[in-house]
Amino acid sequence: MTREINVQAAANRFLAQISGNLGAYMEACLHCGHCADACHFYAVTDDPRYTPAYKLFPMARTYKRSKPPLSWFGGAPKVTEKDLQEWEELLFDSCTMCGRCTMVCPMGIDIASIVAASRQAFVAAGLGPPDLLQAAENARDKGSPLGVSADVLADRVEWLADDNEVDIPLDKEKADVLLTVSSIELMKYPDSLVAMAKLLNHAGIDWTLSSKGYEATNFGFLSGRSDIAKIMIQRIVDAAESVGAKTVVIPECGHAYGVLRWAGANILGKPLPFEVVHITEFLADLKRRGKLKLKPMGDAVTYHDPCQISRRGGATQAARDLLDGFATDFREMTPTGNHNWCCGGGGGVQAMSRAAGLRHKVFKLKMDQVEQTGADTMLSACANCRLTMDESKEHWHWDKDLGSLVEVLAEHIDESNAAA
Amino acid sequence: MELLDFARGPALQFALAVFVLGFLWRIVSLFLMPRTKDRSAARPGTRPALFAATREIIRRTAPDKAFGKHSLFALVNGYVFHVGLFIVIIGFAPHIVFFRDLLGVAWPSLPNNVIYAAGVITIASMMVALVRRFLNPVQRLISTLDDYFSWLVTFLPVLTGLLANSHLWVRYETLLAIHILSVELFLIWLPFGKLMHLALVFVTRSQIGTHLAHRGAQI
Ligand code: SF4
Ligand code: SF4
Repeated sequence: MTREINVQAAANRFLAQISGNLGAYMEACLHCGHCADACHFYAVTDDPRYTPAYKLFPMARTYKRSKPPLSWFGGAPKVTEKDLQEWEELLFDSCTMCGRCTMVCPMGIDIASIVAASRQAFVAAGLGPPDLLQAAENARDKGSPLGVSADVLADRVEWLADDNEVDIPLDKEKADVLLTVSSIELMKYPDSLVAMAKLLNHAGIDWTLSSKGYEATNFGFLSGRSDIAKIMIQRIVDAAESVGAKTVVIPECGHAYGVLRWAGANILGKPLPFEVVHITEFLADLKRRGKLKLKPMGDAVTYHDPCQISRRGGATQAARDLLDGFATDFREMTPTGNHNWCCGGGGGVQAMSRAAGLRHKVFKLKMDQVEQTGADTMLSACANCRLTMDESKEHWHWDKDLGSLVEVLAEHIDESNAAA
Repeated sequence: MELLDFARGPALQFALAVFVLGFLWRIVSLFLMPRTKDRSAARPGTRPALFAATREIIRRTAPDKAFGKHSLFALVNGYVFHVGLFIVIIGFAPHIVFFRDLLGVAWPSLPNNVIYAAGVITIASMMVALVRRFLNPVQRLISTLDDYFSWLVTFLPVLTGLLANSHLWVRYETLLAIHILSVELFLIWLPFGKLMHLALVFVTRSQIGTHLAHRGAQI
């Protein structure tokens, strides 16, 4: 299949996004290559093309060419159609925007942000993995990347509420808290929504889901479709405003958190009219305030940090606070927390079928890490990580269990001493 | 004496002018570009930006624990030639005289033996860095002309400086003139290529430091 590639559109989109911040990053790379070892894609393949610094090239070239003195002489190499074709895989399939490379970079270059900006240029040129772009369009047209329309949401909520005898409020007129869901959870891990409902009800929170804005994931952002990214954020803003929610809770999804919490206001161009918290942060706060009573759990568990929640999100501590005193045999991986290895499926890579082989290779890092801890179960707080890891687990016939932190908490609610 | 006069006179003035103007241009043009403003609500308890920036500048001077084993050698080598260059540039008595004449400030010098040793180690370390750039698949792939040229204009002053002081071959004056000219080449190139990292490092480290501190992500 040959696709029409609009090189000029890519160049324009690159340049439109240049700011002093990104410009400084692109001028600063020393080509020292230290970042390679920090990137899981290089670590498992030894393929130098996966070097994080190499992923900066198309944007950096376009930028440098546009800036004096090179622009005076027209001397710098131009980004060509061939370049765009070559880098498509590097910017989409083999970058999960996990930010690990930035940790070792002596200059502190924010490679993940440049990858996000570059994706927009590639999409403007007509490139990008078709399934990822389709997911973004589904989100725009149907409400969710996996086709969960408002009707499907209502059906599933009703079914889950009945089946589990739990109250799942949808479209309550007013509520303090708006809960969002990821369609990965709704379709593949529906127990996750049940678990969140149980925990919020247990703590006596006034909350609701809203059919106006329920999808937490933002494939517009991940696929370089800034127009769709904005629509998805606006829907949540509208939903929160209509129910008068002061707090929007993001479910177990890392990128959903990163996009709404840290990019949302910037994409909309104005501050968000509510506070955004990840479910682990919300629950950790309830636990701190004595509103979450849990029976201790003795299973040997470890915890996988979703990159966008921990390293790039700043909420590393929340999961630890929840596990503390609850999981009596909790074992940290090495490295862990802000240094943890990515699952291999962040940044929309999970949605790219052609990247599956690469993802499975990456998961080997995780398997080794878990085995070193001796834990039987690896918990996480991201449905996207979980799906990625479940697929890879199956691929390798791995015998450890994977689970959701929120679901495990919900299974251990101590109702004998429910919060007032 | 003619070449030496030229090197010390008009050539030096030209090089300094290009260096100063180029340096200013590079920094000013960067800061004239609009900067993105982070509208997201900072994590409560975030330290002031200045604190975060300073902390990051200092923190990144030591390698992060995510550092890969493969590049540990290159990392150590990087420290070696940076420290070596620093010692040679500011510790050598004739250099201090040059700075005194130029800037009006002086400081005590290091013994010549120390300078020679530092010079030789720097040369060796830079050669190793170059060889790695050629041989290491990652570095070879991502290297550009700028990387090699910047290496060359940094290497030449160290090499000619050592030769001039070893009183070998050519007349001392000629070698000294060549040494000064090579430094001038270094100064002229500095603002236009990667050598500018000596200033940009403060900019980018500050940026990432404040960016992450805003999120409460302290890596
Ligand atoms: S952000 Fe993560 S996946 Fe992307 S280049 Fe950096 S380390 Fe690799
Ligand atoms: S570690 Fe930083 S400076 Fe070095 S090559 Fe990678 S991005 Fe460039």
